[in-house]
Amino acid sequence: MDTAGSFLPIIAALPFLGALFPGLMIQAGRNTCAAFTAAPTILALVLLLLCAPAVLHGEVLQFQLPWLPKLGLNVNFMLDGLGLLFAGLILGIGLLIILYARFYLSREDPMGQFYTYLLLFQGAMVGIVLSDNILLLLVFWELTSLSSFLLIGYWKHLPEGRQGARMALVVTGTGGLAMIAGMLILGNIVGSYDLSVILTQKDLIQADPMYLPALLLILVGCFTKSAQFPFHFWLPHAMAAPTPVSAYLHSATMVKAGLFLMARMWPVLAGTPEWFYIVATTGLITMLIGAKIALFKDDLKALLAFSTVSHLGLITMLLGFGTKMAAVAAVFHIINHATFKAALFMTAGIVDHETHTRDIKRLGGLRHLMPITFVIVTFAALSMAGIPLLNGFLSKEMMLEEASHTIWQGNHWIVPVLATLGALFSVAYSFRYIVHVFWGPQRDDYPSKPHDPGFGMWAAPAFLVVLVVAIGVAPFLAEPLVRASAGAVIGGALPEFHLKIWHGITPALFMSGAAVLGGAILLALHAPLMRLWLATPRPEAKTMFDAITRAATRASRAFTSGVHNGALTRNGATFTVTVLAAGWLAWSSGETLSESREMLPIAAVPAIGWMLLIVATIGLVAFHRNRFLALMLMGIVGLIVSLGFVYFSAPDLALTQISVEVVTIILLLLALNFIPRTTPVESHPARRMRDALIALTGGVAVTGLTYAILISDFAFESISAFHLANSYKGGGGTNVVNVILVDFRGFDTYGEIIVLGIAALVIFALTDTVLKGRGGRWLANWDKRKYREAGDRHPLMMVVATRVMMPIALMVGAFIFLRGHNEPGGGFIAGLIVAIAFLMQYMASGFAWAEARQRVTYHATIGVGVLVASVTGLGAWLAGKPFLTSAYGYITLPPIEKFEWATAMAFDTGVFLTVVGAVMLALNSLSSMARRTGETVNIFPMDINPARADADGTDEGNA
Amino acid sequence: MEMLLASAIGALSAAGIYLMLRLRSFPVIIGISLLSYAVNLFLFATGRLAVNAPPVLRDGVETYTDPLPQALVLTAIVISFGMTAVIVIMALGSYLSSRSDTVNITRDTPAEQEGDA
Repeated sequence: MDTAGSFLPIIAALPFLGALFPGLMIQAGRNTCAAFTAAPTILALVLLLLCAPAVLHGEVLQFQLPWLPKLGLNVNFMLDGLGLLFAGLILGIGLLIILYARFYLSREDPMGQFYTYLLLFQGAMVGIVLSDNILLLLVFWELTSLSSFLLIGYWKHLPEGRQGARMALVVTGTGGLAMIAGMLILGNIVGSYDLSVILTQKDLIQADPMYLPALLLILVGCFTKSAQFPFHFWLPHAMAAPTPVSAYLHSATMVKAGLFLMARMWPVLAGTPEWFYIVATTGLITMLIGAKIALFKDDLKALLAFSTVSHLGLITMLLGFGTKMAAVAAVFHIINHATFKAALFMTAGIVDHETHTRDIKRLGGLRHLMPITFVIVTFAALSMAGIPLLNGFLSKEMMLEEASHTIWQGNHWIVPVLATLGALFSVAYSFRYIVHVFWGPQRDDYPSKPHDPGFGMWAAPAFLVVLVVAIGVAPFLAEPLVRASAGAVIGGALPEFHLKIWHGITPALFMSGAAVLGGAILLALHAPLMRLWLATPRPEAKTMFDAITRAATRASRAFTSGVHNGALTRNGATFTVTVLAAGWLAWSSGETLSESREMLPIAAVPAIGWMLLIVATIGLVAFHRNRFLALMLMGIVGLIVSLGFVYFSAPDLALTQISVEVVTIILLLLALNFIPRTTPVESHPARRMRDALIALTGGVAVTGLTYAILISDFAFESISAFHLANSYKGGGGTNVVNVILVDFRGFDTYGEIIVLGIAALVIFALTDTVLKGRGGRWLANWDKRKYREAGDRHPLMMVVATRVMMPIALMVGAFIFLRGHNEPGGGFIAGLIVAIAFLMQYMASGFAWAEARQRVTYHATIGVGVLVASVTGLGAWLAGKPFLTSAYGYITLPPIEKFEWATAMAFDTGVFLTVVGAVMLALNSLSSMARRTGETVNIFPMDINPARADADGTDEGNA
Repeated sequence: MEMLLASAIGALSAAGIYLMLRLRSFPVIIGISLLSYAVNLFLFATGRLAVNAPPVLRDGVETYTDPLPQALVLTAIVISFGMTAVIVIMALGSYLSSRSDTVNITRDTPAEQEGDA
């Protein structure tokens, strides 16, 4: 049993794994492709059959694997009779469909794609029927919606296909959403998401006040999937799909998923008046409407589509009756319908394939031209009509029998009469398929000369028809399967029953006879009735659906463009206002913080700094149109912020801020070279007022928030004390900030240097793209005279000074880096300082000159940096510790002092290299724009070259 | 002193928001940079203020300022540099490619960016 249970996930996974192959195998030919599609299906079927004997004896196979146990989401599979029935149908008919599709698809159709989608769908369906966890079931449920979307829209060039696929996705997807809600409510009532638990809690669920909402939501999901009224309209439109898809999804499997779920939930949801009136009534209405429309459809597939709707209604109605015998009948009809309807769809495909039309009006008299097809259709259609000795008869009799003693609102005759009427229509359209397509005089205006297809194409429907006849003649063959699956639906003792052909003279027999007779009469009157049908106006579901989707699209587009019309400013304003509103909400509904901290006294120097900052900020707003001035004011702001860090005991931050400041200003200066120097006045004063209002509100809010935080203590104890206490003991460094960066929170830092590296690469890639496109061509024609201001591009003094400073700057970098673990400093700051040291050379002698002397590319520097950090982190694994666990120790070198080493140092080296590489790559990318403008590249380091005899000009230095 | 810092952060935010809502790329970049300053300072301030208590362990010193926000802000400063650099290049690229430094798509932009309806 355990081994059999472990087959279940394999059965569910096989189609998904198999889906990888068709796309590849199509290279080896269509037969190979089909074979590779069939193989996983066959394998899954074999495994399922291995499980079958145990299940037929009443065992329930289970498999459990926790996935997200905290959420109640587990990969739990179970196989009982119902699951066996459905999995058998899905895999068995799937196999026949694979065979059929091999011959149905034409050479132009991408077959690999088709089979991939088909297997994905198959896997999702198998997943649904094997799931023992309703959350897992929901995952598979959504997967069927998605994969069926792909299958329905397989012929992408047909607008009907695309529209049909979209409609199916919208309808079933909406239902799926409703079902998620319903399932969550259900799981909440029971306290578990495992089906095997839920199914035992009937009384608890039905007594719960949330029973009705849960029921309604779940039923919406089932009804949309199974095309029940009023959601039935999507199914006929989905018929734009290739016929194998229609035969598979829309007769045997996907539309039955809703029925499956109703059957699955039957033990806990059924039996209440709500269930009866909602489900049985919906089923009855669907059965009638579907059957009536089917009679008047000239398109063969549309006829079959509506007949499917009708039969699905029939099964829904049976499940809705809530009696055990009705459930047995429902299960039996699921089997029968799958066999004859899949066969009929395939024959419709054959007719279409051979005559190039599915229009009944253009067909007729095919019985001599396509004798094999004719025989198959006759048996299958008669079964659908419910003629004795075929399987459709048996389940239809059971249905009528159940209907005959169903009381609806105290009324004894309404359900039996309407059910008989539905059966009558069903007989009429079934006969119509045979009579109007195959009988009558042979015509000479078929779009293509019809003849029977090859064996490969009719083998699958023929096999199904053999089943139809076999079950019809010897119903006991199907009895074990019906018993096992009906037992699973009922979840208790089965009623006493035997599947047999002759039940004696019963009301059902009379009803059945009346239906056959009436159906034949109806068909005889078809022509005048058709005229009447065409003359009466009726609601067109597609028009309504389109109108609703259009309205919804328009509404959402209006809303979206209202808040986000592609304009950055509007987006920013919306965002700011939303954040402020959310903040206000939190502020006004939360508790006010208590004033528990002592304020620091205001000292003179910080007050001056504050004033400078405020003046610079106001100046920025006032003079932002003058871009150069704005940059200088920015510099002041940055400087004061750095000083603020110094004052408030954050030396590391101050060092970082000031070096970043230098780099940022250089960056902005380089950029300013290419963009206009001033900002024009273009926004309306009202608009400026609005922005100022938003900005001021934001500023006041931020001030208030910061102040509130600053005057109160932590709401709960922070983890900083731990870091302070363990910095030296655990990390081996006295600079706690650095130890946090490279040790305690090393993983964060690791992520951050990767982000920085990516940012630099993005800059490089963007620059490259711009330079290769229109921007580059424009730059190449840049009018330099317009912008040239400085005559002395590489002044002697600057070159000499930077050369002298270079070793000093590098020394400072090394110093800052080495002391980082114990004193303010570290990889980030050292990286920035070294980058600035290089930048000075670049500024003094030009990027091209400096770059020609550069040995290592910046990309490599970034890469090596990340790599060093990674290797350091991985090193901890060798010691059996988690990623990035650091170690440290001390070495004493005799002449000097005691040295400390720590693996964190190696990590910090990685940080250092990445920072250097990223900063340099960013600035180098910007400068490559300058070179594109045709800026001259100097051979000598400075304009005036003292080493030359004729050192008098400025131009000779430039090549 | 707390009020000074709070109001400074507020002023930086207000100026940042105002400039961010301008129509040309350069003020937007400046605005975002100012917002970065404000956010970094704000994060730093969540550790509360302390003078002369750097989180560098010394013998005999008992009070240290909160090191954790400092570590967070240190990386934030470097990352905001990376972000500024990226948006500068984006602004520059869009200016060079379209010869306009407006940040909004104007009405007469060709419909190629609209996507298929």
